[in-house]
Formats: sequence, structure tokens, C-alpha cells
Amino acid sequence: MLADKNRIFINLYGLQDPGLEAAKKRGQWDNTKAIIDLGPETIIDIMKRSGLRGRGGAGFPTGLKWSFMPKEVKERPHYLVVNADESEPGTCKDRDIMRHDPHTLVEGCLIASFAMKAHACYIYIRGEFIREREAMQRAVDEAYAAKLIGKNNIHGWDFDLYVHHGAGAYICGEETALLESLEGKKGQPRLKPPFPANVGLYGCPTTVNNVESIAVAPTIIRRGADWFAGIGRPNNTGTKVFCISGHVNKPCNVEEEMGIPLRELIDRHCGGVRGGWDNLLAVIPGGSSVPLIPKSICDDVLMDFDSLKNVQTGLGTAAVIVMDKSTDIVKAIQRLAYFYKHESCGQCTPCREGTGWMWRVLTRMMKGDSRSSEIDLLQEVSKEIEGHTICALGDAAAWPVQGLIRHFRPEIEKRIAEFNRVAAE
Amino acid sequence: MSVRRLAPPDMQPPSFAFTAENAEWVKATIAKYPAGRQASAVIPMLWKGQEQEGWVTHPMIESIARQLDMPFIRVLEVATFYTMFNLEPVGILVQVCTTSPCWLRGSDAVMDACKKHIHPHQKTLSADGKMSWMEVECLGACVNAPMLQVGSDFYEDLDGPITEKLIADLRAGKPVKAGPANARHSSEPEGGAITLTEPSLYDGSIIGKYKPVAPPPPPKKPGEA
Repeated sequence: MLADKNRIFINLYGLQDPGLEAAKKRGQWDNTKAIIDLGPETIIDIMKRSGLRGRGGAGFPTGLKWSFMPKEVKERPHYLVVNADESEPGTCKDRDIMRHDPHTLVEGCLIASFAMKAHACYIYIRGEFIREREAMQRAVDEAYAAKLIGKNNIHGWDFDLYVHHGAGAYICGEETALLESLEGKKGQPRLKPPFPANVGLYGCPTTVNNVESIAVAPTIIRRGADWFAGIGRPNNTGTKVFCISGHVNKPCNVEEEMGIPLRELIDRHCGGVRGGWDNLLAVIPGGSSVPLIPKSICDDVLMDFDSLKNVQTGLGTAAVIVMDKSTDIVKAIQRLAYFYKHESCGQCTPCREGTGWMWRVLTRMMKGDSRSSEIDLLQEVSKEIEGHTICALGDAAAWPVQGLIRHFRPEIEKRIAEFNRVAAE
Repeated sequence: MSVRRLAPPDMQPPSFAFTAENAEWVKATIAKYPAGRQASAVIPMLWKGQEQEGWVTHPMIESIARQLDMPFIRVLEVATFYTMFNLEPVGILVQVCTTSPCWLRGSDAVMDACKKHIHPHQKTLSADGKMSWMEVECLGACVNAPMLQVGSDFYEDLDGPITEKLIADLRAGKPVKAGPANARHSSEPEGGAITLTEPSLYDGSIIGKYKPVAPPPPPKKPGEA
């Protein structure tokens, strides 16, 4: 188990005061000036060496992303935008950071903005997180009042931080849809290129980062890249907040080492699977967008980007959704298919039409009211959606369905046979 | 996608104006965005309008379009795209999360309680006109599933009977406790946190413990000057 002294989010559960004074006592805002004095290049170098991979789902190296910003500020200002539109089913980590440890994020915003030569940063919080938005605003106000941020602050880098919010659209978690939404439009993703680092918010160079990626930065720089890189496994370094939901005895959020075995994560922190490990049916290891894995894989898989990729799934947001043997697995995926149908922005035809189509077919398959040949058709259609849309929502809708077919095809076939047997009688 | 339309004309009020206090808030909100980028304030303003009126009305959309110097259609498409904008009166709106993580933990029972005590159909005002309920997609409190949202607050770790009592209390205007319905504080495991128990994390001894330093230059590759 990760030692408490190596945890970054010390107030993850909100058992302590989230306010500035208490946050300082927990080591936040501790000599931030010394970090700023390292200079942008050194900060980005430390982030690169730490091996931090983006915590929003895609796992792109954060330091590298920061280095894509133009080196000199020309006529267009630079922006940092923090993606706090946490809506991936199963995921509730950024919520805890914002309501309980908001100063990790405020400090991270200052440091990241400085490293990318941005004087303004927007935090885009999902609309439903109203209390979290209030908590974040309180922390920002405290930081302004203490002159930690703002014009002529004690760190010598003029910096304005604004809290913005959405109004209920999963798609706004996609970085370009988020930028559209922040500009006051419908959240429909943009074609890339141009990438946000060149043409982002208001047409200016912009970096969009997940809450957790930004909030861990101050601690990484303070304690050194080697400290962070020494936790976890090569290419999958550091700590990560896992959200374990579903059929475990004690669902919870917990910060753990990357690469912790899935079984250890569940048994140690969540009191085990309901009814014991052998009662496990399947796990969705990284939020609804990644394919599920059956128990046989769960037995010894490690929870990091590369290990999960090797078993044809992904770490995603590290939202572990556990399903025991009582689960109607087809219904579970059908419900996710409905989610993607509901949340498709409607811009690209394969996704707009395909998500609804997949949901309708799965709704019939759930009852067995289908033909075996339709399983192959469903697989084929999911492949036609995947990779043929502007953003990754199409992929995200296709993968859970593909995972279901990959691992639970006999279950679907059994239902079809049973339905046809009853119908024939 | 979901099809969302404005309420019919006979339901629409004749006019809309922000209260003096909200008008001040609007001014401060527009100032958060660079000059000429005032359209960024459209979602916060529609949200404030909904807080004030309970739902998003046709005159409200017109008013906000004028204030932000946006075409009416641009504000209309934002109001219809984002599902948190209620396009007709909803009373006290109970939003039940039914996405898979909540469904696995028993959101069906929570939904049944709403069907029984509010209305058999979602998005329909109850007989007394006070409440309505709807299914919503993942609200991001999955380790506290099943859960629902009313107004600004999340109500977590629910089951059928707890939901029934919650609905009754909300209807009667009684104070209700937000957050987990069981003994949990927030997202820690039930029965108390087993991590973050080290007292030295909280006593201030960490201050000044770590000094940020520039890492040494990378070792030179063979053949490099």
C-alpha cells in the first residue's frame, strides 16, 4: 500500500478544513516562489522527467503537452484551461479534489500557467457540480485575498484565475468541445489540426489539462521528478486517484500507486467484491469508455496504462466499475450505450446515428430478441463508428460494446437461443 | 442527442428581467472574459436566469441575447443543447442518476420511489404541482451510488425507503441533509478511512520539508559534444 507520506491529496475525504490556512499546514503554497524561480524551462523539464501522464483518460505525457505551447508570447495571449467537466461514468475523483483539496489545483494553475507563459486560466467545471464550483470559487477568492494570485501577487507572475461552468453535457469533457462551450457555443468538438496549442480558446494558444494532472504538479516539483518517477512502474509512474464503484463491499475513492494489482486495490481498500472474489463477473477498469474485462483477466492484471492496454482495455480515468455474478451484463452495457446515445453531440453522422442504433440493438439483445448474425453486425457497425468521427466519443461508444462481444458472446447467444425456444413453443 | 424544444407560447411569460442583484452579478460575470468575448457568459447567465425563474423562458433567451449582443438563435441553441436548462416549469426537480454505476447499486429502487411518490412518468409535474423527477446521466458521485440531485445538492448512498422519506421531506419543505445518507462523511470507505491516517500529515511539520531544485542535466550520450 502506498505510504501516507507519499500521498498528494492529503485531504481527499474532506475530513480536514479545505481552507487556505489548513491547506498551507498540509504543505500547499509552501515556498511557491522557489518553484516559480526555477523558470518555465526547468518546470517543464521536471514534469517531463516525472513521467506524469495526463489523468483525464488519454494518458498523454503532461510535460510534453506543456512544451507544445509557443516559446514566445506574440500578439495572442496564452491560456491554460482546466478540464473539470468530470462526467465519465464511474469517475468522481476531480470532485473530491475540488471540494476538499482545492488549493492543490489553484497552486497548480499558477505554476502551469507560469510554465506556459499564460496570465489567465479558466477552470471549466461541469454544471451539476454546484457545491464543488462554490468550493473552488472560495479557494480562488482566498488565494486572491492572500495575494498568492492576481495582479502584483507575491510570486511575481501576474495571473488571473476564473471559475467557469457548463450546464450538463458530457461532450464538453472533450477538449475542443470544452473550448467551444467556454466561448459560449454548443459543445461540438472542433476538427484537429489546428491543435489548441496553436489555435485554442478565442483563437489563442491554449493548453487543456485535467484537474488531477494540474493539481499534482506543485507536489511533483516540490519533491522532485525522481520521487514521482520512483512510484509505480516505468512509463506508468506516480500516484493516481482511483474511484471504485459497483459491487464491492465498500465503494470509495483512494489515491494509490500506479500499477497496483486490481485485486489488491479492491480487496485492500474496498473490503473485497460483494460475495467474495469468486463472485466477480467482470470489471470496467477505467470509466465507461473502456472495454470491460472478465474475472479471468482481473485475477492478475495491474492497474496502469500499459498493463491494461495489453489486455485490450485501458486505464482511462481509473474509475473501476465492479460487477458481480448477479449482474445482467448485457443490460449494464446497454445502459452505457444509452448514455452515449444521450450524450452524442449530433455533429458526426456515424456517432449520432450509430449510438442510437447500437442502443436499440442491445435493447433487443438484452431480451434475446435477436439473431446470432446480428452480433457480428453489431461488431461491424461499432467498427464503422470507431475512428470515423471528429472526436473520441464515437470510439468511446464503440469500445464497451466491442468488449461485451469479445468476452460475453456466449451469454448473448444463450439469450437468443432461449428467446427463440420460448417463442417456438 | 435528445430533442428539446421551448415550452409552447401560451406557457411563456410576457417578459423577463434580472433582479437588481442578479444584474450586478451579470456585470461581474461578463467582466471575467476578454473584451469582445462576452458570449462566454451565456451559460452562466442562462443558469442565473433559471435560478431566478425556475426555468428558461423565451423572453429570457431574448433578453440574454440582447445583453450579450448575440443573435437569438445562438442563445436558443445553447439553451436547447445543454440538458440542465429546464425549458418548462419543473417544481422541485429530483434528478435521479441511473447510469450503470448507480444502476448496479440499486438506482431502480430510487426511481421506483419517485414513480410512486411524485409521478409515474418522468418530466411530469406531480398532482400537487410541487415536484417532478427525471432520469439523468452520470452525475459524478459514483462511489456514493445510488444518488440523486435536487437543486445544488447531491443526496448519496440511497435506497428505496430513504428516497421516499427524502421526497416527503422535500415536499413538506422540511430541512434535509445533503451528502451520504449513511454514516459516511464523503467518498471514504464505509466504516472510516483506512488511509490518510498519519497525524504528521496535518500538524504542519511538512512545511519547508521539500525544496524544489532544478534536476541535473541529462547524462551526455556517447559521441555528443
